[in-house]
Amino acid sequence: MDFKLNEDRRMLDETLTRFLADKYEITKRNEIAYSDAGHDANIWKEIAELGIIGALFTEDEGGFSGEGFDIALVFEALGKALCPEPFLGALLAGKALVAGGADHATMLEDIVTGAKIGAVGFEEEASHYELAHVASKATKNADGYELDGVKSVVTHAQIADVIIVSARLSGDVDDTAGLALFAVPAGVDGLSIRDYNNVDGGRAGEVILSKVKIASNALIAEGEAAFALLETLAGYAHLALSAEGLGIMEVMKLQTLEFLKLRTQFGVPIGKFQVLQHRMVDLVLEIEQARSAVINAATLSDDAVIRGKNLSAAKLTIGETGHKVAEEAIQLHGGIGMTWEMPVSHYAKRLVMIDHQFGDEDYHLARYIELSKSA
Amino acid sequence: MSEVEIFRSEVKTWLADHCPPEMRMPITDDEICWGGRDFVFINNAQHSWLNDMAAKGWTVPAWPKAYGGGGLNGDEQKILAEELGHINARSPLQSFGISMLGPALLKYGSEQQKLLYLPQIARGEIRWCQGYSEPDAGSDLASVKTKGVDDGDDFIVSGQKVWTSYADQADWIFCLVRTEPDAPKHRGISFLLFDMKSKGVSTKPIKLISGSSPFCETFFDEVRVPKTNIIGGRGEGWTIAKYLLTHEREMIGSSDLLFGGDDVCGTARDAVGLNDDGQLDDAILRAEIGNFIVDEMAFDAHMDMTKGYMRAGNQLGARSAELKYLGTELNKTRQSLLMASGGANALTWEDAGNIVPQAPRAWLRSKGNSIEGGTSEIMLSILSKAILKMPS
Repeated sequence: MDFKLNEDRRMLDETLTRFLADKYEITKRNEIAYSDAGHDANIWKEIAELGIIGALFTEDEGGFSGEGFDIALVFEALGKALCPEPFLGALLAGKALVAGGADHATMLEDIVTGAKIGAVGFEEEASHYELAHVASKATKNADGYELDGVKSVVTHAQIADVIIVSARLSGDVDDTAGLALFAVPAGVDGLSIRDYNNVDGGRAGEVILSKVKIASNALIAEGEAAFALLETLAGYAHLALSAEGLGIMEVMKLQTLEFLKLRTQFGVPIGKFQVLQHRMVDLVLEIEQARSAVINAATLSDDAVIRGKNLSAAKLTIGETGHKVAEEAIQLHGGIGMTWEMPVSHYAKRLVMIDHQFGDEDYHLARYIELSKSA
Repeated sequence: MSEVEIFRSEVKTWLADHCPPEMRMPITDDEICWGGRDFVFINNAQHSWLNDMAAKGWTVPAWPKAYGGGGLNGDEQKILAEELGHINARSPLQSFGISMLGPALLKYGSEQQKLLYLPQIARGEIRWCQGYSEPDAGSDLASVKTKGVDDGDDFIVSGQKVWTSYADQADWIFCLVRTEPDAPKHRGISFLLFDMKSKGVSTKPIKLISGSSPFCETFFDEVRVPKTNIIGGRGEGWTIAKYLLTHEREMIGSSDLLFGGDDVCGTARDAVGLNDDGQLDDAILRAEIGNFIVDEMAFDAHMDMTKGYMRAGNQLGARSAELKYLGTELNKTRQSLLMASGGANALTWEDAGNIVPQAPRAWLRSKGNSIEGGTSEIMLSILSKAILKMPS
């Protein structure tokens, strides 16, 4: 652990790691993650009571720390346990509500305490990670706004109390101007959700907005501020997912290392074979490099370009290394690594799926290059 | 002001007064100060920069003052390195004495040996070379055959070394010699120091694919070496050799020289130009360079953490193999990208019109990075054993 561990962070890390290890023994975790709910409401309640979600927010926001290193620490621990609870939604919806100001203070408080569940819908069918690619429409009227459109693969949509969605007040698809962000309460007329299980456990859904009428104070941001906020929120997602990926890789490293020492073939532990030793060391070194990239990103520099570059570098590195670790860990395990029964297969799936959230390797490489122009 | 701030302000002032403008320009291979008996300084600035830094003990800031060092603590070393960086100061002295022999002497030398050799190294008076590899001892380094026959107060050394960096320009050699022929392989080696001007020593440069000759074959024909020149005890050379190698790997992995040379982004920009979006006008090269820069960023961050770990007084040990492996593989990628940027220009050596004048030789030279100081495969085996505790 190198995430600038001070005494508070060390305690948070220990408490959270112990709690998660206790609650999400892999068989139990799989039952929960692949269930129709995709999470466990009782455990989420316990998490809330422990106050863990507050670690993602500053004191001004109602939390108790909220620096990049705190966020990274929490998500690394979540990754180690393959925790399927709606933390990412809490982080992103919470940060969006912070930007929304006084009208959203009550919901923010409920998100930070864990009393309510948040989700975000920024993707659409054809957006392919591009935050400005928004076809969903928002129309202003005397009472507020009317929303129409479909937001895709919204994680935990079905259980969310509030969904933060991007929609377009004006302009063409892909314009950064004319965007707006809204807090859509669950159960509002015209909102329907077609939900499904994810490959790696957990649940997501298509959020269908059909003449959804919301009050004017449901608006969180509009105009250029809306796009800037989307980028800031995506940045938090990049950090959180990268740290989660790192946690997953740490566990896969230990699983594979142990397997190489225990599995016997040709009368010796297979870890004796140099060809496997070298592949294993290579993996370990790549994970170390990925850790450095995540630490860089966790500094959340005040300079938007540096911050964006560091975040994309981290997400890209985690995507690339994640694929390698997932594939090599299974190859080094042999056939048993392909089975549902072995924990390593579930870790590998989640690790690879992280690359499909908030931008994959190619997306972040292109973004990194674009941001490098101004440097 | 805190003590640390006072130190920083003193360093700033001193550097402003003592670092000549010529020593604040980017350095080329020909302008490196290696020191030594026969070294010809390129100008007065290079000479006075070395002398002034040596007088402060700052050619070796971490060494004790008694041995010619600066006696600086971890915080002070960091400040000095930062302030040198701010003014783009050149290294006053590039030396295998500093990066390799020095740490071994500090750990294993007698007090008398430390007082004799270390100050000379710090002042750049003696240029050292490393007598390790032999024709039949490459990755299997401990199988050295060069023998030292006991002859009263001396050893009579005969045999051959190979891949001796700059042996033809070195004053003294630190050398692995088999002095205990009947002992087991790893316990029969002694670590000897001797003058390259001794009777019976000869060198022959090896021309590499780059056209340059940074390495030599070194021959010993009954060279008389006093027994007082042994570091550690007889037969204890392997322990010292391995310790020294961790410093050599650290040097190779973290070398500014390794990562000096042409800037990849700038070179590619000059060579292929920018498109209307202001990006490099070659989508595939652009992606390859982007990936490289991201890897380099992670390596730099990794290196910063490692340096902090060392400044806190820790020894790198087997982790030096990690830096060596990652750093050299990364440099090979960098050199390949510079060649790719050059296009047809990369066909020529140092032609004046060449957009990548250093690239061909640097690229060819870089192929040795993952071989010298222990191959990448040896690094992986060391890490497998030492860090992962894999069965052997």
